[in-house]
Amino acid sequence: MKAIRGKAHKYARANIDTDVIIPGPYLKVHDHKELAKHAMEGIDPEFPAKVSKGDFLVCGRNFGCGSSREHAPIALSQTGIYAILAPSFARIFYRNSVDGGYLLPIEIEESVLEKILDKDELELDFYQNKIINLTRSNESYPMKPFSDLIAKIVNAGGLMNYKR
Amino acid sequence: MTTTEKILARGSGKSEVDPGDVIFVKVDKLMMHDVSGPGVIKVFNDLERNGGKNLERIWDPDRVWVTEDHFVPAADRVSAENVNALANWTKKFGIKKHFKYGMGQYGICHTLSHEEALVLPGEVYVGGDSHTNTTGAMGAFATGLGHTDIAYVLTTGDIWFKVPETMLFRLSGKKPKNVMAKDIILKIIGDIGTDGANYQCMQFSGDIIKQLSMEERLTLTNMTTEAGAKNGIIEPDGITDAYLRDRTTTKYYSVFGDKDADYADVFTYEVEKLEPIVAKPFSPSNIATARELQNVEINHAYIGSCTGAKLEDLRAAAQVLKGSKVKIRTEVVPAAQSIYIKAIKEGLVEIFLEAGAVIGPPTCGACCGAHMGVLGKEDICVSTTNRNFPGRMGHIEAKTYLASPLVAAASALTGRITDPGDVMN
Repeated sequence: MKAIRGKAHKYARANIDTDVIIPGPYLKVHDHKELAKHAMEGIDPEFPAKVSKGDFLVCGRNFGCGSSREHAPIALSQTGIYAILAPSFARIFYRNSVDGGYLLPIEIEESVLEKILDKDELELDFYQNKIINLTRSNESYPMKPFSDLIAKIVNAGGLMNYKR
Repeated sequence: MTTTEKILARGSGKSEVDPGDVIFVKVDKLMMHDVSGPGVIKVFNDLERNGGKNLERIWDPDRVWVTEDHFVPAADRVSAENVNALANWTKKFGIKKHFKYGMGQYGICHTLSHEEALVLPGEVYVGGDSHTNTTGAMGAFATGLGHTDIAYVLTTGDIWFKVPETMLFRLSGKKPKNVMAKDIILKIIGDIGTDGANYQCMQFSGDIIKQLSMEERLTLTNMTTEAGAKNGIIEPDGITDAYLRDRTTTKYYSVFGDKDADYADVFTYEVEKLEPIVAKPFSPSNIATARELQNVEINHAYIGSCTGAKLEDLRAAAQVLKGSKVKIRTEVVPAAQSIYIKAIKEGLVEIFLEAGAVIGPPTCGACCGAHMGVLGKEDICVSTTNRNFPGRMGHIEAKTYLASPLVAAASALTGRITDPGDVMN
């Protein structure tokens, strides 16, 4: 995986749940582009307009808790989000993100969450498992590497393409 | 090994597994509904469109069951078309167990799993819904998955899991009359938080379990999802066996943990000291006693969902409402057609109607803010459901107080959050 650059969109609160990421009435929608229009509607209705392709979401712990709706990582990835940086992820959201091949859930330390500010330009270095903050004199922070299987599924582009 | 570790070891063909092991596990049963089903179909359609192989058959149609629950009765044209597309798909792939709205037994997926004995002790059960954890009360490994994972199981019959650590909750003492399983699990979530069990198994044991019916046990495991747990589990016993005897003749193999199993944590709860508990907006972990909230005015009571509209939930609510009139808008939505029929035969429906409540057809609709009773901005609701995050039941500012059926019914009579002891003799 090569280094990826993008802008941080920060919502620091913990427990951002799937009802906030994509509210219940849109569960009947399976058109991915339509879902993107409502991503993060429960926290910031302007969100889809702020994101450019390849950007990052920076959030508090237990991101994506609540329902198993795969609509949540789909909606976020369709706005252009490439990776989410958070101290922890709810389990179903984590597996949906990876197994569906939508975006990368990346675990960071709680202290790193404070150091990255909204609109910072970041670079993710997957060789050294580092986050480089281009806005803040190239400060770097560690990111937790993926476990073996997760890395293989990510590289395959999702579980359906993964060959055991 | 713990109960969960033993089930996962068997499912992966290993003699032993340890927490943290990443393994592929054979699935015994799979469920999807009218939200996850169309999502799964889209995964297959997208693969075909991108040059993948056409899906010719699925792994085992007899191990798959499907229900219509989230958007029935059809909320609008899109949901009607989703239900039709799902019906065509299950027909094409030979899935016989498809529970359809308006064609006999149907209802909320997690309720059917036990009402119809679709999942048995010792099995590995995955469902396209987060509250699949519910069915762990039958002594199965039951967990929720997304569309892609369900699609994967439908092609291979197995799926990867990281073996969870187990947190053991010993519930001891004698259960007070007005305390229900809902109060116990809200108290636990209040203590450990909405990620207190993230990636872990929550197992329940102790004297209290012996005092809880199958349906009450299902309330405990149902809400393990709200603590982030991978699964919730209760070892089968005579109560499980009796419940299943009434519903199936299929043999099953109960799994029990070793006496010397390792637990990540052991918690002991003296349930005797517990009072009715309510989770305030906007988190299931934001708890207080019902009595502490007695000045909170509400305008809506909802008795429904997989969590709070099983037969015994309806009995509890009816016991409070019998012979009285509700003071606020009150809705009762049985969790399945079979429960609705039993509620009519027992006279519960008449009690609800006489009290002034409305009865709706089984659906997840209002619980997930989709349709059939969505809350507006000003609404403040006491609800027997499972989540109260912002926007869960409707408007982002609508407030939901999660409570037991006894508390919800007592509050319906007063228009305030009410401890059932205050309105019952």
